[in-house]
Amino acid sequence: MAVVFQKPKALTDAPLHYCPGCTHGIIHRLVAEAIDDLGILGKTVGIAPVGCAVMAYDYFACDMVEAAHGRAPAVATGLKRAMPDRIIFTYQGDGDLASIGMAETVHAATRNENITVIFVNNAIYGMTGGQMAPTSLPGQVTQTSPYGRDVKTVGYPIKVCELLSALDAPEYIERVAVNNVKNVLNAKRAIKKAFQNQIDGKGFSLIEVVSSCPTNWGMTPQKALDWVESDMIPYYPLGVYRDKSAKEAK
Amino acid sequence: MSKVLMKGNEAIAEAAIRAGCRHYFGYPITPQTEIAAYMAKRMPKIGGTFLQAESEISAINMVYGVSSAGLRVMTSSSSPGVSLKQEGISYLAGSDLPALIVNVQRGGPGLGGIQPSQSDYYQATKGGGHGDYHLIVLAPASVQEMADFTVKAFELADKYRMPAMLLADGTMGQMMEPVVLPAENSGKTYEKPWAVRGTENKREHNIINSLYLVPEQLEVKNLERYERYKEVEKNETLVEEYLTDDADICVVAFGIAARVSKNAINAAREKGIKAGLIRPMTLWPFPSEAIARAAERVKGFISVELSMGQMIDDIRLAESCKKPVVLCNRVGGMIPSPEQVLKAIEDMEGGER
Repeated sequence: MAVVFQKPKALTDAPLHYCPGCTHGIIHRLVAEAIDDLGILGKTVGIAPVGCAVMAYDYFACDMVEAAHGRAPAVATGLKRAMPDRIIFTYQGDGDLASIGMAETVHAATRNENITVIFVNNAIYGMTGGQMAPTSLPGQVTQTSPYGRDVKTVGYPIKVCELLSALDAPEYIERVAVNNVKNVLNAKRAIKKAFQNQIDGKGFSLIEVVSSCPTNWGMTPQKALDWVESDMIPYYPLGVYRDKSAKEAK
Repeated sequence: MSKVLMKGNEAIAEAAIRAGCRHYFGYPITPQTEIAAYMAKRMPKIGGTFLQAESEISAINMVYGVSSAGLRVMTSSSSPGVSLKQEGISYLAGSDLPALIVNVQRGGPGLGGIQPSQSDYYQATKGGGHGDYHLIVLAPASVQEMADFTVKAFELADKYRMPAMLLADGTMGQMMEPVVLPAENSGKTYEKPWAVRGTENKREHNIINSLYLVPEQLEVKNLERYERYKEVEKNETLVEEYLTDDADICVVAFGIAARVSKNAINAAREKGIKAGLIRPMTLWPFPSEAIARAAERVKGFISVELSMGQMIDDIRLAESCKKPVVLCNRVGGMIPSPEQVLKAIEDMEGGER
């Protein structure tokens, strides 16, 4: 019998702890498929963040490191400098990457560290129960913005792709989403390219994946995906923000 | 072997390279910047990494990355910067990762000053960050020991899978002395089957981690770590005893304070006062046994410190409060003079002679 569908080798058999309808599972799979497709499982080291994806070290079958909150790009820098021939990726959420780890993110990007960053933006702190994130939308109700995010007192969301695109160094920056099949397929292409760039020695590649958090958004999984389309994507436009090699090729 | 004249900070850097360290991450801060400057010059020439990190926090996490890969790695800083590294040091300890952290101490708290101090003793010897853990803490008292203890620190860190700290001070970092440098490829090396270097599809994945959500598992992890710490205490305590055999008065001091104290002890001996010195070379593990032995025969202890009295607690614990322990100190970047220490010795003996 022909096998038509199977679990990527880059994922272990550990059952995922994510909530029903959470899109982390899809993103894990896309990362794992990219690793499988490129045949780099045996030479890849992944770095898990602090946040919902903290236990990613149990889910990816490659060697894994669990970093302190926000420090994954610094840990990745150490690993890559120690082993330039290995493939190093970080998997980080919005609180981890865009709040407590902003300095590490910006400086890894401006050094054009030859690493791959998977940035999952679901506009909320999930693991701690739904607090306001640096990427929570204006007016978004969270546990710590119970009257809605008031931009006058707590400021505006941080648009990571736009911000990092202001730097000269980074190789590749793209924002994708996983709220429908078309977007999932596009996200797969982008993630694979971010790994291919590292194999080719091109430098810092970051893929922002607009994601959903039905539990902490207080929505059904379907409603959450609708909200990604209606509210998240208009604020965080999808697309390629930086592709240095493509630009140079022109 | 020939001697070279070197600054303490530079001796650390060269010794680290000779101990096989090829990765250094740091952030500028006085009075230890010579270490970074030396590494910036040397590392590119020997295929190593020197990287000036965006912060102390990033530097220690880069160290975490290299250590995860199983390679020798170090960072250095001075007091305010070492405070920033504490999060990363706790994670290193929690993930059982070896590394060398150098603290060339300056006065505090806060931004403090840039002159020498020993006021990070508590931070260094009691863990420093959150959670139950220790570092191996070596306290050099000469440029020679700056070099020798650097090699030792890498060895011990690898052997026991824990971070080690070289706790120096501004004087040790800045002063020049003749030093015999360790040979190339110094220091015992250890297999690191736990390192994350890629599975090569030949084994289960390795995980470097300090998270254990099941309390029973976290408890076991802590208990195992403390079993290892017991071994360190048993095997690795280093202490120098100077004229303690017949001493009535025991001075306890480390680093620059020990050198000052030796002068005072020599002066006291000339006056007929039997003073001696216990110099902890490891601050953790602390040489409690040497102190306890001395407590059986001496009149009292004098803790000479460049702090408001931090090591004095460990002396009292070690001698079970059997004999008086007095503090002789200067703080804020000041160093006690031999005269001040002599006066303390004479006071304990019963007045000036």
